[in-house]
Amino acid sequence: MSRSTSLVSADWVAENINNPKVAIIEVDEDTALYEQGHIEGASTFHWRDDLQDGLIRDLVSKEKFEALLSKSGISNDTTVILYGGNNNWFATYAFWYFKIYGHQDVRLIDGGRKLWELKALPLVKEVPARASTRYVAKERDNSIRAYRDEVIAAIGNLNIVDVRSPAEFSGELAAPAHLPQEGGQVKGHIPTSKNIPWSKAANEDGTFKSDAELKDLYTGAGVDLAKDTIAYCRIGERSAFSWFVLHELLGVTNVKNYDGSWTEYGSLVGVPVAVGA
Amino acid sequence: MRTCGATPGGPSLDGVDVTTQTIIQGVVLRDGDDGVPNGTPVGNAHVRLLDRDGEFTAELPTNGQGQFRFFAAPGTWTLVVQAPGARVEQAVDATKGIPTDLVISL
Repeated sequence: MSRSTSLVSADWVAENINNPKVAIIEVDEDTALYEQGHIEGASTFHWRDDLQDGLIRDLVSKEKFEALLSKSGISNDTTVILYGGNNNWFATYAFWYFKIYGHQDVRLIDGGRKLWELKALPLVKEVPARASTRYVAKERDNSIRAYRDEVIAAIGNLNIVDVRSPAEFSGELAAPAHLPQEGGQVKGHIPTSKNIPWSKAANEDGTFKSDAELKDLYTGAGVDLAKDTIAYCRIGERSAFSWFVLHELLGVTNVKNYDGSWTEYGSLVGVPVAVGA
Repeated sequence: MRTCGATPGGPSLDGVDVTTQTIIQGVVLRDGDDGVPNGTPVGNAHVRLLDRDGEFTAELPTNGQGQFRFFAAPGTWTLVVQAPGARVEQAVDATKGIPTDLVISL
């Protein structure tokens, strides 16, 4: 869990496009992006169709995850390289997902699709064909996933980090501003949570800030990193980004992503809600 | 600007209930290879929406026609548009029920 084991540069990717031990996967909110052009050799996962159960609100089962990776030609010893649009939101969600199911070597492209585009690096339309495998996932690692009851129990006790924009935290907006304004039944935030937007961890080109800047970001906002931390947003993808920063870049082990996030919490009956900055 | 008969600006609002939303949208253009000013839409430019305090609120890439759309709240916002070799900032006053439609030149 460090920058060297969890993050690769765009240049590293360009040098490893034909490395058979490497599988590059684009994960987007808007899957049309992949079809418009992607990094050579990259396949794509759809954050909802491939990574959501579809019937109940949950991750896909271990068996479905194994089938997805087997079909995609990924072996247990493959180095999986993830990237995507929206400053890697859904790519970090997929990273967290790979860790939930125990994949050993998964890394993120620093800067994601945006930096690749801003550097005018080549994108292709060819869809790669990798020979299928028999992937074997581990049982879910729930040490990095928070559920609603432990979030409620954490109020006033543990670090709760709301990584949404200030306007969503205060209750002004219900969703990120590129989406129609719908989400939980009510607007606001979990009491005692600290608003540290995911975007503060990233530079304008989408790359992560330095470790020293990142540590200052959390400790400066009053997060005691010795305590357990739960990160949440609206549906759990931006909080996966902040989970990645804390857990992978800063090496803080006691951090969980609450993927139920505000769409769950903001719809619960009888739980406390705070509004305002 | 070359408009080819189309209304310059963001994506079609057909099917969007504009009365309940505070919409900021537009199109990103740059000079065409043929020298026509603002002649070419910029697809996959990255449009970033900052709130009145300069805090990041949302970001999205333009579509193949160079268009983008945000659902914001009434008030003052700043757009930052990034594309290879270009970066432009523009202030916006958004109003509920009346879409703000912009043409941004790189």
